Parts: sequence; C-alpha cells; structure tokens
Amino acid sequence: MGANLFVNYGEAVAAVLFGIGFGNLLLQKNLIKKIIGLNIMDSAVYLFLAEKGYIIGRTAPIVTGGVQSVEAYINPIPSGLVLTGIVVSVSVSALMLSLTIRLYRRYHTLDLDQISLMIKKEEET
Amino acid sequence: MSRKKTEQEYRKTFAFHFFRWLNGEKDPYLGEVEMKPQEPYKETEEEVKARIREKNMISRRLYGVAKSKEMKGLERFYKAASIIFCCILIYLLLFTVSYLPPVGTADRPVNNEVPQRYIENGLQETGAVNIVSGMILDYRAFDTLGESHVLFVATVTVLILLRLDKKKKNDGEISIEEAEANDRIYEPKNDAILQMAAFVLVPIIIIFGIYVILNGHLGPGGGFSGGAIIGAGLILYLNAFGFQKTERFFTEKTYKWISFGSLSFYCIAKSYSFFTGANHLHNIIPKGTPGAILSSGLILPLNIAVGLVVACTMYAFYAMFRKGGF
Repeated sequence: MGANLFVNYGEAVAAVLFGIGFGNLLLQKNLIKKIIGLNIMDSAVYLFLAEKGYIIGRTAPIVTGGVQSVEAYINPIPSGLVLTGIVVSVSVSALMLSLTIRLYRRYHTLDLDQISLMIKKEEET
Repeated sequence: MSRKKTEQEYRKTFAFHFFRWLNGEKDPYLGEVEMKPQEPYKETEEEVKARIREKNMISRRLYGVAKSKEMKGLERFYKAASIIFCCILIYLLLFTVSYLPPVGTADRPVNNEVPQRYIENGLQETGAVNIVSGMILDYRAFDTLGESHVLFVATVTVLILLRLDKKKKNDGEISIEEAEANDRIYEPKNDAILQMAAFVLVPIIIIFGIYVILNGHLGPGGGFSGGAIIGAGLILYLNAFGFQKTERFFTEKTYKWISFGSLSFYCIAKSYSFFTGANHLHNIIPKGTPGAILSSGLILPLNIAVGLVVACTMYAFYAMFRKGGF
C-alpha cells in the first residue's frame, strides 16, 4: 500500500462504492436491484472524476473579476466529463428499465434465474 | 340585521368553506377526488386449490433442478466467488488509489496544459464567463451533440419497447396492455392538495429552469440542468392535472418537431462554426461583451436547443413509463 490512501479518502470511497455496485450486479437476482447496482457504479465514477479535478483553495471555473490565471480556478475538464457521464447514465437506466418492463410482461417475474429457466423450457418445447 | 353580508353571499366566501372544513362538516376529498374502488378479490375453494397445485407444479418444474445438491453447492460457490472477486477488486482499486498523487494539489498530471489553455484563453476565444460551459459547447461541442443524440435515441428505443398498440384481440380476453390501462383507471384523480401545490409551484419551477438555461454561459447552469428542471415541472403538472390537460400542448408530434428542430439547429450551427474556424474564414457570429446576456456567440442558442431536448426527453420518459405513449 502506498502512502496516500488516507489523503485520497474521496477516491478511496469511490473505489469502495464501485466494488459495492459491482457486487450488487453479481449477487442480486432481481433485475431492478441489478440496475440500482449499476447506478451505484456510475456514482462512484462521478465521485472519482470530481475528486480528480479538485484543487484545494481554488474556486469553481467561472471567471470573476477578470482574473484569468490558472492559479485561481480548479480543473474544468473533469466537470465536463461528469456531465457527459450523467446524461449517458440517465439514458442507459431508462433503456434498461424499459427492457425490464418488457421481460416482466412476458414472464411475470423479475428473478433472472426464473426467467432464464423459463426461456430454456420454451426452447426445449 | 347586524351582518354585512346576506346568507347567500356568505356561502360563497372562503371563510365559510374554511370553517366548514374546520368543523368537520365537509370532507374536501368526498365528491372532489375521483376514486374508483377496486372490486375485492374473491376466489372459490376450487380456485384456491388450483392455484396451489399450479404453484407447486411450477416450483417443482422450475426448481426441480435447483433443489438438487449439486445446484445448491454451485449456487453457494457462485456467491462466495463473487464476494471474493468484489473484495479483490476493491483491494486492487484501493491499492491503486494509495499510489495516486494526493488530491487537491496543483501539480498532478491531470492539471496539464489543456485546462491551462481553457482557463487562460477561454474567455477571449469563446466569450463565455463560465469556463465549463465554454468548454462543452465550444471547444468540445461535437461531444455535446453526441450526448443530445444519445438522449434522443434512448427516447426512441424506450418508445419502441413500451409502446401500447390499440388493436384488440378477437377472443374476448383482455391483453396485458389493456389490463395495465385498466389499472390506471384506479389512480386517484383531481387531488385538491396536489393541484393547489402544482398551481403555485409549476410556474416557479419552469421559470427557474428557463433562468438556469439562459444563464448557462454566465454562471452555474446550462442546458442539461435547466432542461431537467423544466422536465420536472412538466411532470409535476402532469401528475396534478392528468394527461388530458397536457395533451393540449404536448403530444408526440410536439416532441418530434422540438427534438428534430433543436438537434438539426445544433448540428447546422456548430458545423458552420467549425467549418469557418478550421479554414480561417471570417465568422459572422458576434462574440459580444463577456458578462452580457446576449454574448458568447453560439453558446446561448445551443444551450437553449440542448435544454429543449432534455426537457422533452425527461417528460417523454415519464409519460412512456406511466402510460406507454404521450
């Protein structure tokens, strides 16, 4: 372990959240809970990016008072990337939820194991 | 008579209704909110038996495999393996984090010449006071165009997946879509409290959203956040007053034309800007004075276009998940 684990506590929290979200994806059988796990992973990535761009003692990148030196503002690029990520995750969540609704209408369950068993049975007959 | 008002006039005032409500003479819900009671679920003994038999049969067929010893062992192994895998993943990520440069220092590799260029020349080159806004709508405008298209394509896909067809089955039994439509009949309508709150809140929310969009180049905000706020206001209006009211101004056709118009305007305007910029031609779009509302060239109209797309998308998602259409 390096020396910066407790200094980078925000990034450490993001790493733990990412692992929790991935565990949700693997362990939960309910499709809605799987989608929640994926959203937790998304949030972990946003937290990591926001921590990347932050610099102590500097303000948000909005030019105030004509000051235009790098010394005054935080890094604006991670903020823009988080914006992209949020939009894509909203679209992906909506898409996954609508697919879940279709599966529920067909099989009347949200349990992925039951759904795959039913599909296997349908293929046999 | 000492009263200033007659009985007839007094009956029309707010105080009359208020005191009636206070004394419990009138329930504001009775006769106002349309609520249709669902029929209580009854089943005969034979149906109960059939249900239990069916359930047992299904579980025997489905879990016949799962009940066996090997399957149980495999399931336990899968759970243990996935927990171990997640722990290893978290450990590896934490290990990497512990070797990253400390957060908050300026000499990290992320803070290279690219953000320096954006901060030092952004105001002169794009005219936007908000550097993030200038970055995503000027330097990286094609990225934002792609994002808007991602939203549009997601709406189209959700519409394909959740669309309810109007055709009826011949053999008399109701389809799943009709059953869901029947389910929506039992939702409470004309809720007085919700309608009053929406009456006050919806204009404020929508005006705030417009403010956030129009201030995208001057301060925190922009098309995406403002569009989401306007979408939330529209959803609140829809919840309070129902689909019949919103269909007067927002239908599938409106969505189609607003999305098409905004996206093609974005595409054409930004193509022009990139074309003139790459070939060193004179650009006819004025930059304006930084800090004024009409400044920073194309950023304000592009923000409006993005905001329209996002607001329509949010509303469309909600309407499709609730009703399967607009």
